[in-house]
Amino acid sequence: MTKVGAAIVLAAILAALAGPAVMPFNPSDQELALRLEGPSARHWFGLDELGRDILARVLVGARISLLVGLIVVGVSSTIGTLLGSIAGYFGGVVDEILSRLMDILLAFPGLLLAIAMVAVLGPSLTNVILALSLIGWVGYARLVRGQVLRARELEFVQAARALGASIPRILGQHIIPTALPAVTVQATLGMGGAILAEAALSFLGLGVQPPTPSWGTMLSYGRAHMLEAPHLTIFPGIAIAVLVLGFNFLGDGLRDALDPQARKQT
Amino acid sequence: MGRFLARRLVLTLPVLLGVATLVFSLIHLIPGDPAQAMLGEAAPQSDVEELRRQLGLDRSLVEQYAAFLGGLVQGDLGTSLRTGLPVTEQIVERMPATFELAAAAMLVAILFSMPLGIAAAVRRGTVVDHAAMTVSLAGVSVPNFWLGPLLAIVFAVELGWLPVSGRGTWAHLVLPAVSLGAALAAILARMTRATMLEELREPYVQAARARGVSTSRAVMRHAFRNSLIPVVTLVGLQFGAVLTGAVITETIFAWPGIGRLLIQSIGFRDYPLVQGCILLIALTYVAVNLVTDMLYGVLDPRIRYE
Repeated sequence: MTKVGAAIVLAAILAALAGPAVMPFNPSDQELALRLEGPSARHWFGLDELGRDILARVLVGARISLLVGLIVVGVSSTIGTLLGSIAGYFGGVVDEILSRLMDILLAFPGLLLAIAMVAVLGPSLTNVILALSLIGWVGYARLVRGQVLRARELEFVQAARALGASIPRILGQHIIPTALPAVTVQATLGMGGAILAEAALSFLGLGVQPPTPSWGTMLSYGRAHMLEAPHLTIFPGIAIAVLVLGFNFLGDGLRDALDPQARKQT
Repeated sequence: MGRFLARRLVLTLPVLLGVATLVFSLIHLIPGDPAQAMLGEAAPQSDVEELRRQLGLDRSLVEQYAAFLGGLVQGDLGTSLRTGLPVTEQIVERMPATFELAAAAMLVAILFSMPLGIAAAVRRGTVVDHAAMTVSLAGVSVPNFWLGPLLAIVFAVELGWLPVSGRGTWAHLVLPAVSLGAALAAILARMTRATMLEELREPYVQAARARGVSTSRAVMRHAFRNSLIPVVTLVGLQFGAVLTGAVITETIFAWPGIGRLLIQSIGFRDYPLVQGCILLIALTYVAVNLVTDMLYGVLDPRIRYE
């Protein structure tokens, strides 16, 4: 399954990078006479409510989904790793303050805080990325804090401390690398989560705004034409499900490879 | 036991205060003047001033915070800008619909996931196991805002078996509950499988088998009962995901709950109502987590002494 996941993710990246360049249609070109037309040899995924090629829009939508995933996971894993290692290494008041902050953010279920933040900041791609990153770091910080608490008592870390290594060096060279496998697994699964979250926010009208093609926005607009033109909804939906499934397969496989304890249990 | 429960309760208080503070600060994150943003750029200055006074935005931040917390303690969350009705009243009116949907979705998830997880664990490594786990991973990956409309097309429009939207009879509940419960079913099936595998390896199960207990009895009476503790905890912890999912499901199926009210109030820039909905969902989540935590302590004595 790991290989299937890797193949899906790789194919999606290639399609997102090269697809729009090799496509004969521009995602914003309109053929109004053919609006809502179903899949054909010329338009493989058919045309939408404004006569735009759905395949071209799905490919550009893949760029947005992957970009949101990469930025959100990149920012939240960096902040989370940094704050989690600080909380775990220093303990005491620092740990107490950071842990309480994490408790408060975790008291909001999943997407709810993102919905609230985008509602007040205004709907846009930037605000979606900002909201998801501000919430996403907590999961990484919790994970890294636990790993650091274990690692700081290890002999080689104590040896580094005895040799007079500086705190940034101990953290950067000795402690954080022990947490990286777990962070990598969480980041891979987090890509799927971020892609789903962006699509959900865009579906609710709180994310990417038209005419920019986003899978969530395409699903939202397609819903009005579900009876006469279900292809408007089917293709962006398949795109989301397959890409998220790819990241979930890959994340699951990585966890099995990097954490033998998890493999034993699942 | 009493000390354990009291300690858990006290630990929740700072979280509750933090949640309230974060919700209070939401309105102050609005770029520019919140009152102007709510009324629109074209609104006359006198109306903007009146709204600022009505919302208490003309007072100092400390005064506003104290008034917010004071109101919260008394169950007063302000007045809706659009309807002029108290926020608490509107939310309380919608609460039963959301809880009904959430409970139904969790029931659907439990009914689907348990047999799937048990079958996968008992037949570990076989086609049954691989198929069950692939289906469950697919369940996590399929967004409910896609599954919902697809189910509606097939079962409401094409087959005509169930209503497309709205709330009323049990038939109205089926499609929203299935579309909301699918992802939870997938997560629960994986968890049931993992905990069942652990229990099946335990010596007491093997001892039961050695005493001549049948396989099905050893699985259901012995292993399954003990594997339920972590699964029950997961059901509680996943309640938050169900509540967030309900925001989307209620929007799709025109289900008159808090989630739909939240999205509608965002559209109307009715920020007091937005704050009220967010606060209520978060508080419900904290309460369910607290109860789950306490229940876990009651079920498993080891947790109490950690």
